Amino acid sequence: MNTYKRSMAGWWQRNPFYRWYMLRELSCVFVTAYALVLLLGLYRLVQGPEAFAAWQAALAMPGSLVFHLVALVLVGYHSWTWFKIMPKTLPRISLPDWAVVTGGIGAVIAVSAALLWTALG
Amino acid sequence: MKRSNKPIFWSLFGAGGMLSALCGPALIFITGIALPLGWVPRAYERAHAIALHPLGKLALVAVIGLFLFHGCHRMYHCVHDFGIHVGPGMKAAFHGFAALGTAVALVLVLAVS
Repeated sequence: MNTYKRSMAGWWQRNPFYRWYMLRELSCVFVTAYALVLLLGLYRLVQGPEAFAAWQAALAMPGSLVFHLVALVLVGYHSWTWFKIMPKTLPRISLPDWAVVTGGIGAVIAVSAALLWTALG
Repeated sequence: MKRSNKPIFWSLFGAGGMLSALCGPALIFITGIALPLGWVPRAYERAHAIALHPLGKLALVAVIGLFLFHGCHRMYHCVHDFGIHVGPGMKAAFHGFAALGTAVALVLVLAVS
């Protein structure tokens, strides 16, 4: 028997909310690819200073810089959504929603500032 | 009834989501933009020192491993979102890939000398 199945093709284009959802989900490709870039860097680090310098030079290629810029924007968006929905994803706690979101975003800013300070200082 | 393996993968997805939300943007900026543009002083020496320290080794495996588990778990669900049927094989492939990457990272941090 043939049953009617609504097509799923392009469903995320039907509503702006779905489009933002898909954009957020797209960050997973960049998170995975970035982890592999780091893994390659770790491999080059183990090989020694020359290999590490070659990895650093490869990262300076325009394609790589564009990839990291896009990854920065998408992972930043993931970061924002992660804490925005945190009041819904956390087990029940006695804090108001805004405190959870503000605390999360505050933690991102603090951790980012500490990392940047350490790396660039 | 067979116990579900969902809690394990969801925990790894959640841990990776939390770690990437907290330090993902800063790390991407540091290693992907600042490092190649030469804004990170004594990059090799410092990266080497991180990889030599036990806590640094732990941080490297955690970042690489959890980012992979987070990304692969979300990709696995994305495939479903696109209307493609995902069976146990596909699940094993995505999570297996993340596990393999984590194992490689572990071997590499132990090999740093």
